[in-house]
Amino acid sequence: MKLKQLSLFLENRPGALSRPMRLLAKAGFNILTLSIADANQFGILRLILRDWEKAKKLLEKNGFVVRITDMVAVEVPDQPGGLAKILAVVEKAGLNVEFMYAFTEKRENKGILVFRFDDPDRAIKILQQRKVNVVASVELLKQEAA
Amino acid sequence: MKPSPSATFHPVSAPDFLPREQLQALQLQRLKSMVQRAYDHVALFRKRMNDLGLKPADVRTLDDVTRLPFTVKADLRDTYPFGLFASPMKDIVRLHASTGTTGKPIVVAYTREDIGVWENVIMRSFAACGLHAGDIIQNAYGYGLFTGGLGAHYGAEALGATVIPISGGNTQRQLMVMKDFGATAICCTPSYFLHIIEQAPELGVNLKELALRAGVFGAEPWTEAMRRRIEAESGIKAYDIYGLSEIIGPGVATECQCQAGPHIFEDWFYPEIIDLKTLKPLPDGEEGELVLTTLGKQAMPMIRYRTRDITALTSEKCECGRTLRRIQRIGRRSDDMFIIRGVNVYPSQIETALLQVEGTLPHYQIILTRVRDLDEVEVQVEVTKKIFGDTVGALEQVQRNLGHSIESLTGLRMKVRMVQPQTIQRSEGKAKRVIDQRKM
Repeated sequence: MKLKQLSLFLENRPGALSRPMRLLAKAGFNILTLSIADANQFGILRLILRDWEKAKKLLEKNGFVVRITDMVAVEVPDQPGGLAKILAVVEKAGLNVEFMYAFTEKRENKGILVFRFDDPDRAIKILQQRKVNVVASVELLKQEAA
Repeated sequence: MKPSPSATFHPVSAPDFLPREQLQALQLQRLKSMVQRAYDHVALFRKRMNDLGLKPADVRTLDDVTRLPFTVKADLRDTYPFGLFASPMKDIVRLHASTGTTGKPIVVAYTREDIGVWENVIMRSFAACGLHAGDIIQNAYGYGLFTGGLGAHYGAEALGATVIPISGGNTQRQLMVMKDFGATAICCTPSYFLHIIEQAPELGVNLKELALRAGVFGAEPWTEAMRRRIEAESGIKAYDIYGLSEIIGPGVATECQCQAGPHIFEDWFYPEIIDLKTLKPLPDGEEGELVLTTLGKQAMPMIRYRTRDITALTSEKCECGRTLRRIQRIGRRSDDMFIIRGVNVYPSQIETALLQVEGTLPHYQIILTRVRDLDEVEVQVEVTKKIFGDTVGALEQVQRNLGHSIESLTGLRMKVRMVQPQTIQRSEGKAKRVIDQRKM
């Protein structure tokens, strides 16, 4: 169910982002989605890609500190209030969202959001109980390949 | 520049003008009894001399100093707290301490006679800077275990000056007191005085309109550029005072009104300059490490103490007429220790702080810069897998923890910057831990 996210530490200076991107591009990795969190002095690049294990090895070999985190992908109806509804479920269940970002890919009339919960297993269980469509990672990655 | 009252000769300054032969005779006499005392009462000195086959009687001329073994800071640490004392505690009237690398300070001791010597050299320091009875000296060196505050205090009182024992900090109050009490001189670190200069306009004080005419600045390296800035912006004369706790505290050497480098009070402290590689003495004019031997210390004699300060001795005659040799302004040190805002800091303290937070030692580097004449320290720490999470908050928390840990060990707030792994330069052998970008 869970989706693997790679996060990388970046210094806050020109060119910090392009180096890992060039590395991944050269090795033929396709990035499904990404997000950047920035603080005053540094940034954190978060990536979701299919071949995450190989990507991690490549980045580490090139001196990056890489962390793997479990994410939960959720289908959201692409209409007003679609996200609000899911967030209401999250809030009611007392699930703590560290951060979230969207998948660039849409399917039919639905968007896909990626959530970072502090307890992903519990989150999946609760979301499924409340009829929120948690997207299986296999399905997501496969679909992208098709 | 405000006019300085015509310099009156103070009798306490007489030894400053002794003919060299007389001075050397005095030095030799004091050296002999000091070596005897150290040999008789301090196990470490006795053992070291015995190892070299030396007896106190072998010291027959001043040049024989160079046959004696060196003493280093680690000796004070290894014998912590009282191992180098040559007097019983009943004769010791004062203890001071400075920061050490692992949290253990370095302890120094004074007998009544030693306090008298200290008073004497501080009096001569102030007198050399043109201060005398009637002056109101604002002593903004820290009072406490640090030798600066009490050292300057006793000497100023002995001179007959009025002391304002305000200690360091609270700039607003410093300025209020300086103005309302009519201070004519101030003692503090030069960087702190620059801070006072910067704060003065905001607090509505024009330093140039005050009675203040001299500053006796020390406890950290500073530059001619800082002197020019201090003098231009405050209208006072800025003098350099040098010292270290292991020898006595402030007052080992002080500038005269010619401002041409601190005169060493050679009747109490015997200076040598040694080559950093060969450890052999160098002639006057050549740069090397300053080594000092105390000539009058009772409680804690020091034989050939390696100060780690890099300077040169000059025997050129000073216009003031003093026969005491001068040292060049001290801008750098031979070990990794650095001085920030008057505080000695060792890279090993930073290491301990990093270890406490991270559990293992990350690659790090200390960058020293001087922003508007104030010292800034940035500790760059490579991010490791262990501390890196995917949230900003977690990493910022690590950054804060590192900052707190450093502050609690060094007493100084330093900027912590997380950097990409592998970006701090590795060197073979000893890592270059401190990058000093201050223009000295």
